[in-house]
Amino acid sequence: MAGARLRADRLASTVRAARFPLAAPTWPTSVERPDPERKVGLDYDHEWSRRYPVRLARAVVMDNLTRPAARLVAPATVRGLEHLGHVERPVIFAANHASHVDTPLLLTNLPVEFRHRTVVAAASDYFFDRTWKSILWSFALAAIPIERSKVNRRSADTAAELIEDGWNLVIFPEGGRSPDGWTQPFRGGAAYLARRTGRPVVPVYLHGTRHVLPKSAESAGRPPGGSGSESGRGGRLRRSPIAVLFGPPMRPDSDESAHRFSARVEAAVATLAREVHSDWWQARRAVSAVAPVPGAERAHRGPEASPWRRAWALDEPPERRGDKEWPA
Amino acid sequence: MSRRPGFVLEVDRSTPPTLVWRGEAFGLETLPEGSRVIYAPEPVQAIEDPYQAIRHALLHPVGDRDPLPALLRPGMQLTICFDDVSLPLPPMEAPDIRQMVIETVLDMAAEAGVDDVVLVAALALHRRMTEEELRHALGDRVYDAFAPHGLLTQHDAEDPDNLLFIGQTADGEEVEINKRAATSDLLVYVNINLVAMDGGHKSVATGLASYRSLRHHHNPHTMLHSKSFMDQPSSELHSSNWRMGRLIAESGVKVFQIETTLNNDTFPTAFQFLQRREWEWSLSDRAKYLGTSKALSKVPPRLARQVLHGMRSPHALTSVQAGEVEAVHALTLEHVWAQQGVGIEGQTDILTMGLPYICPYNVNSIMNPILVACLGLGYFFNMYRGKPLVREGGVVIMWHPTRPEFHPGHHPSYIDFYEQVLTETVDPARMHKEFEESFATDPWYVHLYRTGHAYHGVHPFYMWYWCAHALAHLGRVIVVGGDAKAVRRLGFSPASSLDDALEMATDVVGPSPTLTHLHNPPLFMADVR
Repeated sequence: MAGARLRADRLASTVRAARFPLAAPTWPTSVERPDPERKVGLDYDHEWSRRYPVRLARAVVMDNLTRPAARLVAPATVRGLEHLGHVERPVIFAANHASHVDTPLLLTNLPVEFRHRTVVAAASDYFFDRTWKSILWSFALAAIPIERSKVNRRSADTAAELIEDGWNLVIFPEGGRSPDGWTQPFRGGAAYLARRTGRPVVPVYLHGTRHVLPKSAESAGRPPGGSGSESGRGGRLRRSPIAVLFGPPMRPDSDESAHRFSARVEAAVATLAREVHSDWWQARRAVSAVAPVPGAERAHRGPEASPWRRAWALDEPPERRGDKEWPA
Repeated sequence: MSRRPGFVLEVDRSTPPTLVWRGEAFGLETLPEGSRVIYAPEPVQAIEDPYQAIRHALLHPVGDRDPLPALLRPGMQLTICFDDVSLPLPPMEAPDIRQMVIETVLDMAAEAGVDDVVLVAALALHRRMTEEELRHALGDRVYDAFAPHGLLTQHDAEDPDNLLFIGQTADGEEVEINKRAATSDLLVYVNINLVAMDGGHKSVATGLASYRSLRHHHNPHTMLHSKSFMDQPSSELHSSNWRMGRLIAESGVKVFQIETTLNNDTFPTAFQFLQRREWEWSLSDRAKYLGTSKALSKVPPRLARQVLHGMRSPHALTSVQAGEVEAVHALTLEHVWAQQGVGIEGQTDILTMGLPYICPYNVNSIMNPILVACLGLGYFFNMYRGKPLVREGGVVIMWHPTRPEFHPGHHPSYIDFYEQVLTETVDPARMHKEFEESFATDPWYVHLYRTGHAYHGVHPFYMWYWCAHALAHLGRVIVVGGDAKAVRRLGFSPASSLDDALEMATDVVGPSPTLTHLHNPPLFMADVR
C-alpha cells in the first residue's frame, strides 16, 4: 500500500515537473496573446447537428434513454395536446423557464411528429461557452446558440432560417430561469420570430420542474448558507411529478406589434399556469377577473411579498387555495 | 485568421525551447536569453483555380510578347523546358505546378496544330531525373505522350551534337546552350521560383548551358561578389546570367518565360507542427513532435531519410506570370518577397541554424558533408538582402550530424572531392585553380553524368563555391552534433552541444555576443537594415 502511494507520489511529481513538450508550452513575454479564435458561443457552427445521421442518433438516444429517464424522474401530466393535433408545422413553443430540465422534459413530452424536428434556442453564453458544451447540447437537444442579453440580428436570422426550413423552435421568452418559479417578464424574441416567419406560437407552461432540478441558491442570486437546506438542494436531481400544459396556437394580429403580441403570449402562459390547479374554465375566469383584456397584467408574477410567501403561494395546494387568486 | 507576417522573437525566460533540425532528425534547443529567433511569414493565400490563372497568364503576357496562342502555328518547332528535380523543396503534392503549366501550354499547342514539340528537363550539370521523378513533375498524361517517342529529353551539357555556341558577351563570357532549344521557333521555359535566386535569365543561361558556359559565373570570384546571390541586383552571379540571357535573346532565340511562385506551406498535415511557433503548439502538435522526433532519432538514418524524402509538400501556387523574361521576373520577385520577406534590424555576432534533411541537390538522396556546407553557408547564409545577418568576422553555428556518407550513384565526384580536394585545401580559389579542370573533364564522371543519374564531375566545386562568400565573411563555422572528422575536413569546428559551441564562439566574437537563430524551413529572406 505504502509502495503504491510512493509510486503515485513519484508519478505526480513527474507530471508536475514535466516541461515542454510534455507540458504545454509557456508563452514568451514579448509576444502578445491573440484573442482565442471564437468557435464557441454565437460563432459555434451547429449545422452538423441537423444532418440526418446525427438526427437519427439523437432520436435513438432521446427515445431510448432520455425519454424513459424523464418518465422515471419526472412523471408528467400532459394537457392540451389536442391543440397540436391540427396545427400546421412548424411552430414556436414559448414556455416558462424554471429549471435546466425544462428543455429535455418539454422535448420528451412533445408528440413524436414534433419531437424529432425541433430545435431549442439556448443561451450562447451558458450552453455554448465551451466547445464540449456546444457539442453536447447541439447533439442532445438540437440546441442553437442565441444571444439573450441583447438583440442580436445573427441569432434572430439563424432561428428564423431554421423555422422557415421547417424546424419547430422551443424558446424560453424569460431569457433565463426564474429565481423562484414565478414567471419573469417575457422578452420579445418569440413574438418577433412569429411575426417575421408567420408561424404560430404555442404557449407552454411547465409546472413543477423546479422541484426536479432546482436552481441553486448561488445561481438564483441568493446567498448560500442560511439553513443550509436550500443551497444543499441546488443542482441536485430528485424525483418529482410535473405537468406540461399546451395552449392553443396563437398568431399575431395584422396590426399587432411584437411587443403587444409578446404580452399576449405571456398572459396565455399565465392562464395555463392557473390551469394546473383548476381547469380550463376556472383559469379563464380567474385571469379575466385580474385583467379583462389579455395582456401583461395577467402575467403569472406572484405576490409582491417576501420570498418565503412567494414560494408558499406558488406551491399552495388547490384545496387550501380556494378561490383566491394572485395577486391577492 | 489572416496571414501573419514574419516575426522576430526575443527569447526570454518564458520562451519555450526552439525546434531545431538536425539532418534526418529534429529536436528542441534552449537558446540563451536575449537571442533573436526569426520565424517565416505564414503561407500566402493560394490561387483558387491554378489552371485558370495559368491560362490567363499565357493569354495576357507581360513585356514585349504576344499571347502564347499567337506565337503557335502549324509546322513550327516548339521546345518546352522545365526546372528539374531540385525544385520545389520538398517535392510538392501532385499535381506538380510544372504539370499544370505544361498541360496548359500543350493544350494551346494542340489547338494551334503544332506537331514538332520536344520537352527538355533543364538540368544544367545536375543529375538526370528518374522516370518516377519525371512522372511526378509532369504527370502521367504528359509523360506517356512524349517519353515513349523520345520527345521528353533531359539536357545533356556534355553532348557536343546538341549544344550550340551562341557567342560571347561583352565581358568575354562564352554562351553555349541546348541546340534544340536554341534553334526552335519558340522556347517556352516553365520555371518554379521557390527562392529569389531562381528564374529570370538564369533559367535558360544556366539550366540549358554547358560547362564551357557555366564556368563563367559558377566560380569563386563571382560568388564572392554576389552579396547575396538571393538578391539579384547585388548578385554578380545574376549579372553574368543577365548578360548571357540578353545575348541569347539578341541572337534570335525567342523565349516565352513562364514563372510561378509557391507559398511556403512546406509540411503536410502530419508535420505541420514543424512550421508552427512553439508556444502555439497544441497537444496534438506536441504528441506528434514527441512521436516523430523519437522515432526518427531511433531508426537508422537510411530509414529516416526514406520517410522524410517521401514527404510531399502542400506548396500552392501564389502567382504565375508569362511573357518576356525580365518583365516576368520582376513580377515574380515581388511575389517571392511578399511571401518570404522578413525585416530584421541589425546584424548579429552569432547566427545559428538547424539544417534539415534536404537541399536542392539531394532530393531522394543523401546529404553529404559538402552539401551540408552548401545548405548552411551557401543557401541559408545568403538568404538576405542588404547585409548578411551575421556581422563580418562573426560565427555561424549549424546543427547537423554531417556523416561522411555519399550516394555513390548521385554524387560520385563528391566522394573524390571529399577525399582528394578537401584534404588539400578548403580555399575555393585554390581548388578552382588546381583541381576544378581535372574533375570537370574526367571522362568517367562525364560518362556517369550522361548515362547514369550522377551530378557532373565539377558539381561539388560549385557547391563549395556557393560557400565562398560566407567563408570569406565569417570568423568561424561550428557544427553541433556533427561527425568530428568530417566537420574538421570541411574546415569547420565540431561541438557536442550548443553550450560548447557558444563557448567556442566567444573566442572569436568576444564575451556576451548577440545571437540570431534562423527558424527555417519554411524559408524566408531576411531584409537586414
